[in-house]
Amino acid sequence: MKMSSRRRRCKRQLIKFTQHITRLITGTLSSDNEDEEQESTTVRYHPENLEQLQSQTHFSRQELQLLYRGFKNDCPSGVVNEDTFKNIYALFFPLGDSSKYAQFLFNAFDKDKNGSLSFEELVCDLSVLLRGTTEEKLNWAFNLYDINNDGQITKEEMLDVLKSIYDLMGKSIHPRLKEEAVRQHVRMFFQKMDINQDGVVTIEEFIDCCQKDEDIMQSLKIFDNAV
Amino acid sequence: MAAGVAAWLPFARAAAIGWMPVANLPMPIAPTNKNKHQDELIILNVSGRRFQTWRNTLDRYPDTLLGSSEKEFFFNEETREYFFDRDPDVFRSILNFYRTGKLHYPRYECISAYDEELAFFGIIPEIISDCCYEEYKDRKRENAERLMDDLEDNKDSKLPNMTFRETMWRAFENPHTSTMALVFYYVTGFFIAISVITNVVETVPCGYMPNQRDIPCGERYTEAFFCMDTACVMIFTVEYLMRLFAAPSRYRFMRSVMSIIDVVAILPYYIGLVMTNNEDVSGAFVTLRVFRVFRIFKFSRHSQGLRILGYTLKSCASELGFLLFSLTMAIIIFATVMFYAEKGSSSSKFTSIPASFWYTIVTMTTLGYGDMVPKTIAGKIFGSICSLSGVLVIALPVPVIVSNFSRIYHQNQRADKRRAQKVQKARLSRMRISKSGSSSAFLHSKRNGLNQSLELTGSLEEDQQLKKTTSLLESQHHHLLHCLEKTTNHEFVDERLYEQGYMQTALQNFPSQSPSLSSEEGITGTCCSRRTKKSMQPLSATHTHSHTHNLQELSALHIQCGERQALNTSRSSLNLMSDESGSLNCKSSGLVTTAIITIPTPPSNNSRASPDAPPPPNPDAPPLPNPGNDVVKISAL
Repeated sequence: MKMSSRRRRCKRQLIKFTQHITRLITGTLSSDNEDEEQESTTVRYHPENLEQLQSQTHFSRQELQLLYRGFKNDCPSGVVNEDTFKNIYALFFPLGDSSKYAQFLFNAFDKDKNGSLSFEELVCDLSVLLRGTTEEKLNWAFNLYDINNDGQITKEEMLDVLKSIYDLMGKSIHPRLKEEAVRQHVRMFFQKMDINQDGVVTIEEFIDCCQKDEDIMQSLKIFDNAV
Repeated sequence: MAAGVAAWLPFARAAAIGWMPVANLPMPIAPTNKNKHQDELIILNVSGRRFQTWRNTLDRYPDTLLGSSEKEFFFNEETREYFFDRDPDVFRSILNFYRTGKLHYPRYECISAYDEELAFFGIIPEIISDCCYEEYKDRKRENAERLMDDLEDNKDSKLPNMTFRETMWRAFENPHTSTMALVFYYVTGFFIAISVITNVVETVPCGYMPNQRDIPCGERYTEAFFCMDTACVMIFTVEYLMRLFAAPSRYRFMRSVMSIIDVVAILPYYIGLVMTNNEDVSGAFVTLRVFRVFRIFKFSRHSQGLRILGYTLKSCASELGFLLFSLTMAIIIFATVMFYAEKGSSSSKFTSIPASFWYTIVTMTTLGYGDMVPKTIAGKIFGSICSLSGVLVIALPVPVIVSNFSRIYHQNQRADKRRAQKVQKARLSRMRISKSGSSSAFLHSKRNGLNQSLELTGSLEEDQQLKKTTSLLESQHHHLLHCLEKTTNHEFVDERLYEQGYMQTALQNFPSQSPSLSSEEGITGTCCSRRTKKSMQPLSATHTHSHTHNLQELSALHIQCGERQALNTSRSSLNLMSDESGSLNCKSSGLVTTAIITIPTPPSNNSRASPDAPPPPNPDAPPLPNPGNDVVKISAL
């Protein structure tokens, strides 16, 4: 057994060596070869037609046209990948580090988890967030916090999410950010939401508590005229 | 904000729903879009060529001509279009800027025409995108140099109040200014030539002395040559002394290369005068005469090409160094090989490796004197390899030097290395400006108390006021940032105030703690250290001075903050707060932006900046909008 594997290795190395010598003699560089093997793999993607999107979302025809024009301007290929999304989001929060929160957002938007957002995914979520019922909005928020999609928000997940939100602020904030502040915030959240005190927040607890809180209900409505 | 950002703002605002359940404070109300008209096409007629675009596209950059209400001045009522009497070709690039967010500079355009169009439409040239920025800067520099050359030519007319010394210096530097200078120039040239020819002819053997061998002319006509030499040295000395007198900075003149050459040229004569005809020393004296040949370098004042050659050699020092190094390596290798190859043969000239150096050098430079030849077969093989490789090694760096020379000669000694640094610096500062731009706009509107009016209890009239000053996009973005503040229960402050606040708290803690100020979180360096966003440098004990100094500074009612950016040239002026310099104390000039109330009491409500008095106008600064009245908008992100 050992002999054959050794022989195979010897043969492979011999082949590599002769390849190396031929390349040396003919004067080709290894960097030249790599270019030929690559093919351009740009994907063009176009969304479903306007009527279908109109029926799926709460937007009017003109609003969809406006949104798509803006979207297509920045993403001519028709999809947004994670890096582009992070860069765009960073433009809104120049003082802080928005990459973590953008990542959570990306995962929340990306329903089929294929690593890129198409226009339909974005517009459907947008219609939920801007024109949907409060229950749908709360559902979406729960999905955002539930990083591993197991139906429960644990303390660690909440800590991660809150830390990323605090990261959006950056360093020059007042009063100064202490490490304890984020944990305190998590504790307050769990005190409010975790009714049965089992250390995790399920979706029913979450929606229940939020619907009882007047402030949250009010604040969910403020973006309703955003488009 | 950039084009793309405007389109994505609804997504960012929708994503803010994710903050709502974790927020503990009520959110501010959103700015409403009262006149929500459908997006319409507008027609821009530029000298007859019609361009059409959406109104929203132009609204992306509200502080340019097309994005603001200034374009209403150009509205033609009968044809319902906006008419501009400008160049339609350049307008294409400008309109593309609105569409794509990138400003490109077409190569076929004249630089000053392009600049004028940009200035007319209110776009600052610094936002030209990277693909075209270098080209733009190059053309701009060429133009500026051309203008400067024209200026200098005009300057040659004699200024009335030049002292005698200045006139003389100018005459020395530019021989074309007056006839006296020209005469002097030619006379010195003539005498340099005479001196060099004399040196050469001195050594030519001429004629026989009875019962003596051939002697050089110098020994035959000693007095004649001595007189010639004396005359030349007289002229050179007088010239050197006159230049020394006329030089604006004598110390610098004495250190310059040309003056050293002058000194070296005339010194041997004086040393020879001083020394007697002592037999021991005359050997050294003869050596000194060699230095007289340096007089030939004095010609470089008369020849531009010679100066450029010297400059080229200086600037190609690295290539020359590489040439030398590679040659040395090759010489050593081949000399060793040849020595050991020829060791066997009898009566071989290759007695040692250093002796083989001579053979290697002669072979590699393809001279081939033939005084040393290899005799063994191995020696011959290696000898041929040596000569082939010699050609290659020498041929490689030489074209670089040649091209350098030609480039410098044709472009008249432009400093190219500085160009790369300037571009890099400009890019970095542009990126910094854009980054600070939007954040400082938000902080600015905060200070003006606009965001307070957006609290949930706000009234509608303040909303109307709000509309007049900021664009809808800006106000929506600020609302977003305000929601973030409410979610986290922390507020954005300006970096400088943050630093001060930090100092305050540190100083508060100071009496209670030990004098070592490296407290738990670390404190940013003060005064003259640049503040970096992510890192905080630990304080050392020496910073106690700066603390107290800071405190004293703070107790003044006005603070000079930062410096105005040198880059804002057009109407869309940048916001006054720039985070370019993180220091308060270092810069002495600058614009006063805010007043800070400083009572060194509890740090929590301390570093609040209140927009007290509008800053006193700085008479030197070009007109900048008063930040108390309107919000300055940034057109570049």
